[in-house]
Amino acid sequence: MENRPLEYDYTVAKMFMLTTIIFGIVGMSIGVILAFELAFPGINTILGSGLAEYTNFSRLRPLHTDSVIFGFTISGVFATWYYVGQRVLKVSMAESSLLMFLGKLQFWIYILTVAAAVVSLFLGETTSKEYAEFEWPVDIAIVVVWVLWGVNMFGLIGLRREKSLYISVWYYIATFLGIAMLYLFNNMEVPTWLATSAAGETHIGDWFHSVSMYAGTNDALVQWWYGHNAVAFGFTVPIVAMVYYFLPKESGQAIYSYKLSLLSFWGLMFVYLWAGGHHLLFSTVPDWVQTMGSIFSIVLILPSWGSAINMLLTMKGEWQQVAASPLIKFMILGSTFYMFSTLEGPIQAIKSVNAIAHFTDWIVGHVHDGVLGWVGFMIMAGLYHMAPRVFKREIYSKSLMASQFWIQTLGVVLYFTSMWIAGITQGMMWRAHDQFGNLAYSFIDTVTVLHPYYAIRGVGGLLYLIGFVMFTYNIYKTMTAGKRLDSEPASASPMGA
Amino acid sequence: MFSVEFQAYGYVAATIFLTVALYSYIYHLYKNRRDADGHDYEEYSNMALHDGIEDTPVNSLPKDDKK
Repeated sequence: MENRPLEYDYTVAKMFMLTTIIFGIVGMSIGVILAFELAFPGINTILGSGLAEYTNFSRLRPLHTDSVIFGFTISGVFATWYYVGQRVLKVSMAESSLLMFLGKLQFWIYILTVAAAVVSLFLGETTSKEYAEFEWPVDIAIVVVWVLWGVNMFGLIGLRREKSLYISVWYYIATFLGIAMLYLFNNMEVPTWLATSAAGETHIGDWFHSVSMYAGTNDALVQWWYGHNAVAFGFTVPIVAMVYYFLPKESGQAIYSYKLSLLSFWGLMFVYLWAGGHHLLFSTVPDWVQTMGSIFSIVLILPSWGSAINMLLTMKGEWQQVAASPLIKFMILGSTFYMFSTLEGPIQAIKSVNAIAHFTDWIVGHVHDGVLGWVGFMIMAGLYHMAPRVFKREIYSKSLMASQFWIQTLGVVLYFTSMWIAGITQGMMWRAHDQFGNLAYSFIDTVTVLHPYYAIRGVGGLLYLIGFVMFTYNIYKTMTAGKRLDSEPASASPMGA
Repeated sequence: MFSVEFQAYGYVAATIFLTVALYSYIYHLYKNRRDADGHDYEEYSNMALHDGIEDTPVNSLPKDDKK
């Protein structure tokens, strides 16, 4: 045994790969149900009026958003870190029993935390802050999971053989620090039992109930500083970390410009934190904050496109790989969707555009072309690349992966195009008025007009979910029935027919 | 009132400072092309391409040389 060569240890990576897939299925399934509930409201009470509390849109919505953010995406971030981190630092988890123990501990506390979050949200216990709905006991558990991840990350960095930190490691560190700061400050809350006794159904005064430490406009400002930067440090920064590793590795091509990756990183860090004010345009926050949010959102195009163009140019002279490999297709289309949604977001943050876009379905469309086309595609591509190396088997089916790619791409396109049309229609109808200033339409007029687009959105979401089930099946078959590999592939992942 | 003005001036000063720092960094990267250890920045792409545990690091830590 003592002569066995040192290998990377993917135990913890595999655990988080599993939760990425499970929470992906759960979160996306709830999303599809919600989409059809909006198109066909009868589904809200599909299990009868007695259970309507558990099936209606408002109860399920935070379960969708939180399971895809904190379940699917964050699991994907952990899974890829425990894979990429070891490799670019050239140190194995097997070299430190402490780090291995802490990694497993992080996983199991994460599972308990997710269970507590799901149960509490399903029972309707919420702080009512978007993407920060968890009550204080769950928040504390999330902080513990995050700190354990940080200890593991910096522990692994401390043991490294490679002196310099690869660009992806910088992005993972930024994810850790950014989310830590945002999550702590936005979730500052006061348990109500400190001030009052339990008051029945409202749960005010119960041990788990809390209220935000901030009030009114201040609460909105902190909430959207958090909300927007959760997109930054949850949906952008760690996904850029993934693409900077997985695309060069899978294609065998060096990053087009490593210098550009460095300055895009610092540019992104510099600009992103100021842009959150664009969520509060035309609200009660000071005008200069709104203008700052708009301006920094426009400037944000530069570092975002710096990374995206760097990725596309990495394929320079090697574009035949995009045609030949469905895995490269996922990453290149993901980078393209990143470019696309980081142009769309700044456009929506321009005040005159926002006057139409604010509160409409265009915003929902924007979020989803980013998360489905960029975040989802990159996480799945990362897991596909990892599978042959982690399980030491060929990817089960290339044709299944290619079919999945086209089905999901069609799903994303149906999703965002329907929401563009719905959003702009909605925005125009809300604003329309006659010469005396009377509104031309009532709210229900807009709902009637939007119905077909809501149905199309539901179909788009369903196609994406079907693709995700195909992905799950492909990974499962890779684990159990893929052809065994004698040695680790250097670049392109081997795939069966 | 003083604290509000202080915040506003502080904000402008911080923005100018960070902008200058960022552009100086870009200038530094493209002018020097190499870091303090003498490695061309572009060499660091190899950290992803040659990431086997037995592969030679692009920039080894001194402690590793003793092994």
